[in-house]
Amino acid sequence: MFIKDYIKDIASALKSLATGMKMTGYYFTHHKEIITEQYPDNRDTLVLAERFKGEVVMPHDENNEHACTGCTSCELACPNGSIKIITKFDVDAETGKRKKAIDTWVYHLDLCTMCGLCVEACPTNAIKMAPTFEHSVFDRNKLVKKLNEDGSKVRAGVE
Amino acid sequence: MWSFSEIAKNIDLWLNDLVGSTWALVLEMVIAGVAVIGLFAALGLVLVIMERKVAAWIQIRLGPNRVGPKGMFQSMADTVKLLVKEGMTPDGADRLLFNVAPFIAMIVAMLLMAPIAFAKDFQLWDMNIGVLYITAVSSLSVIGILMAGWASNNKYSLLGAMRSGAQIVSYELSGGLAILAVVVLTGSISLTDIIKAQENGWWIFKGHIPVIIAFIIYIIAVTAETNRAPFDLAEAESELTAGFHTEYSGMKFALFFLAEYINVFIVCAIGATLFFGGWMPLHIGNWQAFNHIMDYIPSSVWFFGKTFFLIFLIMWFRWTFPRLRIDQLLNLEWKYLLPISMINLLLVTLIAILGWHF
Repeated sequence: MFIKDYIKDIASALKSLATGMKMTGYYFTHHKEIITEQYPDNRDTLVLAERFKGEVVMPHDENNEHACTGCTSCELACPNGSIKIITKFDVDAETGKRKKAIDTWVYHLDLCTMCGLCVEACPTNAIKMAPTFEHSVFDRNKLVKKLNEDGSKVRAGVE
Repeated sequence: MWSFSEIAKNIDLWLNDLVGSTWALVLEMVIAGVAVIGLFAALGLVLVIMERKVAAWIQIRLGPNRVGPKGMFQSMADTVKLLVKEGMTPDGADRLLFNVAPFIAMIVAMLLMAPIAFAKDFQLWDMNIGVLYITAVSSLSVIGILMAGWASNNKYSLLGAMRSGAQIVSYELSGGLAILAVVVLTGSISLTDIIKAQENGWWIFKGHIPVIIAFIIYIIAVTAETNRAPFDLAEAESELTAGFHTEYSGMKFALFFLAEYINVFIVCAIGATLFFGGWMPLHIGNWQAFNHIMDYIPSSVWFFGKTFFLIFLIMWFRWTFPRLRIDQLLNLEWKYLLPISMINLLLVTLIAILGWHF
C-alpha cells in the first residue's frame, strides 16, 4: 500500500503545517498576548515573578526583629563563600544565661550566584531571595552588605 | 480616470513633443531605470520593517518601536548604518568575483522587474514570452550566490552556495510545472494574455482544485528558490554562520539582503499575476453590478494588495516552520512536489482540453 501511505503522509504533513500556522496566526492577530516588558519605561509598574532570585534579604518585622539565630547553616551551605556571619553572646538580663546571637550578617553580593542554597538551608526562614535586579554600583565596596539592621534582635520564640 | 497608464502616456507624449522620438525613448529608459531603482529602495525599506513587525507579532514580541512613529523608520536607520560601514574584502578572496557577486544578484532581480504589470497597461516591457523570460532569468540568481560563496574563500560560504545551487536547481522544476498549469489553461505565455484571461474570475477560483494544488506547489517552490526559511539552507545561521554572505559587510551585504527581499516581491508579484489575476479586480462571472463596483478600486491597489498578501504568507511560513535538513529538502522536491505537480499538470491539461474550467 505504497500509494495509500504516500497520500497519508502528505495529508498529515499539510495538517501539521496548518496547525502551526493557526497558532502563529493567532499570535499575529492577538496583540494582547505580547509578553515584551519595555523595561526602563515600565519600571514603576514592573511585576516580577514570585520565584525571581535577585539578592538575599533578611525580613525584619515592625519591632525590628528578625528570625536569625546565628546558627551559620547558610554560611556552611554557601558554595562560594559569599556569606560571613559574625556572632556574639548576649547575656539574658533575667536568668543571666549566655545566649548566641548574630552581630553582623555579612553578605557579599559581588560573590553571590543567586543559587538560593542559603535560603533552603535556613532552619528558621530568616532569609529569602528578593525580586530586585538593579544592583549596579560604581564602588564595589557597596556590594558588601550587612543584612541585619542596627539594633535588631532575634524574635522571641524562634528557637 | 487618474491612473499609472495615463501618467505614463502623458509623459511619453510630452517627451515626444519636446525632444523627438529617439531621445524620448532614451529618456524614457532612464526614467524607467530610475523608477525601478527607486522602487527597489522603497520596497527594501518597507519589506524589512514589515518582516520585522510580522516576526515580532508572531513571536509575541513588540518588534522595533523606538525609531519614528511605532518604529516605522527603523529600516531607514539600518540603511544609514549599512551605508557608512566599511565594505571589507578578505585577504584570500577573489577580489573581482567577490565584489561583482552582490551586483549580479541585484541585476538579476532588476531584470525580473521588466515583464511585471504593476497596473492596467503599465508595464516596462510587454513581451510575448513573459513567463518563459521569468523562469529563465530567475534561475540566474544562483550564479550570484555561487559566485559569492566561491569568491569568499571560506568553507561555510562555499557550503552555503553549493546547497543553494542544489536547492534552486531542484525547485525550479516543480515551480516551473506549477506555472505551466496556468499557461496551459490560458494557452499563452504572455503575461498580458494571462491577466486578460482572468477577467471573469481569477484562475485560483476558475481552475478548480488542480490550480489550488499548483498554487500551493508554486508558493513552496518559490520559498525555496528565494532561499527563505524553512528552506534557508544557504544561510542557515546555526550551521554555516551566514552561508554565502558570511564574509560580506557594509553595503555589499546590504545588496544581498535587498536582493533577497526584491526576489520575494517579484515571485509574489508573479504568483499574484498567474493565480490571482495581477491588476485584475475581483470579478465574478456575469455579476455586472458587482464587477463594476470592484472596477472602482484602482488596478495598482489590486496588484500591490495581492502581492503583499502573498509576501505576508511567505513571511508567515518563515516564522512558523523549522528549517529542513538538506536530505529532507531534496526528498520533498523529488519524491513529493515533482510527482504531484506532474500528475497535477496532466489534470489541468484535461480540464483545459475538455473546457471544464469556468
